[in-house]
Amino acid sequence: MTDSPKFTQSRRQFLAGAAVATGAAATGKFAHAQAAGPDPAITQMQPWQQYLGAGVDAAPYGVPSPHEAHVVRRNVEWLTADTVSSVNFTPLHELEGIITPNGLCFERHHSGVAEIDPGQHRLMINGLVDNPLVFTMEDLMRFPRENRTYFLECAANTGMEWRGSQLNGVQFTHGMIHNVVYTGVPLRLILEEAGVRTNGSWILPEGADASGMTRSIPMEKALDDCMVATHMNGERLRPEQGYPLRLVVPGWEGNMWVKWLRRIEVGDAPWHHREETSKYTDLLADGQARRFTWEMDAKSVITNPSPQAPILHGPGPTVLTGVAWSGRGTIPRVDVTLDGGINWHRARMSGPSFDKSMHRFYFEFDWDGRPLLLQSRAHDSTGYVQPTKDQLREVRGLNSIYHNNGIQTWAINERGEAENVEVG
Amino acid sequence: MMKTLTLSTALVVTASFAFAQENPAPSREGGFGLGRTALPEEIAAWDIDIRPDGQGLPVGSGDVYTGEELYIDYCSACHGDFGEAVGRWPVLAGGFGTLDDEDPHKTIGSYWPYLSTVWDYVHRAMPYGAAQSLEDDEVYAIVAYLMYLNNMVDDDFELSNENFLEMAMPNEDAFFMDDRAATELTVFAGEPCMENCAESIEITARATVLNVTPESEEEATATPEATPAAAAAEVVETAAAEPEAPAGPDPELVAAGEGLWRQCASCHQIGEGATNRTGPMLNNTYGAPVGSHEGFRYSPAFAEANAAGMVWDDETLTAYLLDPRGFIPGNRMAFRGLRSEEDAAAMIAYIRAEGGDAE
Repeated sequence: MTDSPKFTQSRRQFLAGAAVATGAAATGKFAHAQAAGPDPAITQMQPWQQYLGAGVDAAPYGVPSPHEAHVVRRNVEWLTADTVSSVNFTPLHELEGIITPNGLCFERHHSGVAEIDPGQHRLMINGLVDNPLVFTMEDLMRFPRENRTYFLECAANTGMEWRGSQLNGVQFTHGMIHNVVYTGVPLRLILEEAGVRTNGSWILPEGADASGMTRSIPMEKALDDCMVATHMNGERLRPEQGYPLRLVVPGWEGNMWVKWLRRIEVGDAPWHHREETSKYTDLLADGQARRFTWEMDAKSVITNPSPQAPILHGPGPTVLTGVAWSGRGTIPRVDVTLDGGINWHRARMSGPSFDKSMHRFYFEFDWDGRPLLLQSRAHDSTGYVQPTKDQLREVRGLNSIYHNNGIQTWAINERGEAENVEVG
Repeated sequence: MMKTLTLSTALVVTASFAFAQENPAPSREGGFGLGRTALPEEIAAWDIDIRPDGQGLPVGSGDVYTGEELYIDYCSACHGDFGEAVGRWPVLAGGFGTLDDEDPHKTIGSYWPYLSTVWDYVHRAMPYGAAQSLEDDEVYAIVAYLMYLNNMVDDDFELSNENFLEMAMPNEDAFFMDDRAATELTVFAGEPCMENCAESIEITARATVLNVTPESEEEATATPEATPAAAAAEVVETAAAEPEAPAGPDPELVAAGEGLWRQCASCHQIGEGATNRTGPMLNNTYGAPVGSHEGFRYSPAFAEANAAGMVWDDETLTAYLLDPRGFIPGNRMAFRGLRSEEDAAAMIAYIRAEGGDAE
């Protein structure tokens, strides 16, 4: 990329360059393509134009168009021993805006999806409380509730890339994330109901599935912004997302958002259970390991173009887009580069901007058919700037699995095909 | 009067919209009076968590020898005979001195900081697919065996609630609290370079070299080019074909059996590529002698039934599925049994439909 010129967004300059290169007439105005002949999509009567479509109850819940059948979560078979204790990935390159449709939110289960009759589900609060309590789902729906938009990212998202680029698809490198409007009861209200004793400084949420998922969470976070959610994007939680009740732990690693939540114990010390000792600790190069690395660092990725979403249209106006998020606040700014980091441009932020939520960014440019090295760099509201993968490796070594928020690079070739690469 | 009321309502609505994202749900003095007091036996039933300081640990004990037997029965199908693991299931033993290597092996012995974590997890989530089916003494024994596999104790060791807290794990001191605030947040901050930040940039690594990305299924699943007329014809065809009754096992029974199979699936496999797991694979079982699959370690009770000439047929399978422990006492299946003869008939139909018939 040594010959890569400084990028300019000026359409006039681009056209002038193109004119020199190709000898085409540069009129100062874009010439629209001329059809070789009449388009049958216009000149021929289409069936949907003539015959009746399906009636109102053909799909009582609704399903996506059959032409979108490729837009699905996908599994990487070699990653895990079976598909029960496993993970699949959100197709980020097929999505727009900031909300992930419920049916596309990535799944991670440790003992499969628990199928729970809400009439039989209970939430118990016990331990260091004045009054240990049991709630039915009906009880919980009588508490005041709130609506909040948060991302949920697995700490292992992008974890396969610590030693170098590995998977060719943003779905697989960055798809362990989703962003959803949760409706639920602030955990604070439920803890107040039971009366936390003065020495109650930690909670242990526990799942009702066959893995009995547990994590230790400090009381400060529990009282701050955690909630027990019953709904996502307006509908009841999906079974694979913890129906009928899940914990929401904004900005913190997804493993802590206990699904099928059945119990919360209050204690005076952390439990050091399997997920916070054996897993979700960050092994550094010297053999020492960080524990309780809860917050998700600011991160961004370009979703289009990307290996699963190549540039098929050839040179000309091109829309680059992606998402950014931070476990510590909002994303006021994202920079993008087309030349692997020599020159950066400020992307255009679009859509709602919520705390600990996904943010959508765009960068429109005229592609001249030259190979590109695309990157995005998130700035969060604390002033933190997303580091390069090499900057992270300098601090953490190569033996980490979790919290890889390094800058991602896609190489675009002359044909518009994209590939997962690293640059230096 | 009416007009004033409407106006003020509108103002309130506007205000609450403006602060929708920030306005927290209200607390209430003395609480909401919702829920009910948890009974002591309810808390006892669910409060199973164990802490490093021993909180939650039940009275009990188990030795390495007993643990080895249990481990081979319940754990070795996934974790290997010596904790070395099968396939991509977790390795449980060894790995000492590798944590600062290029290829660190994070096992119970080399990495886990506390023994209580092992007890809690084995009891809470293992065996895979039959969670919380182990007695407390069995958990002590399996944990003792895992300690033996990790060279922490001799083969005559017995673990109990009394000596539990004396057992220190080798890697306990290698963990420290998240220090990103000091080591990273301030380093990765400030206004970054925007122009001419490097002289040249080269590609240093490519994902295509590894070629591990799942192939795209787009062509197989999405057919944007398919004509709507063809799609419509397909719908009509499907509707017309429906009333014809297919031959073979009652599909309703098979479907009911498929739903029930979930309870079996974590220990048993059936169909193409099925292998022995915690339980034997069930291909070629119906009509075959009890306990006759090669390569599976059957319990003495099953070996006896095999020697006595017992064969799996409707009668024996129904009796076994309804009451596994009562019908063949001393066998190792953790399952409590199906609820009704209808369920047993459905399960048998499903097993036979999936390749369960002996050749």
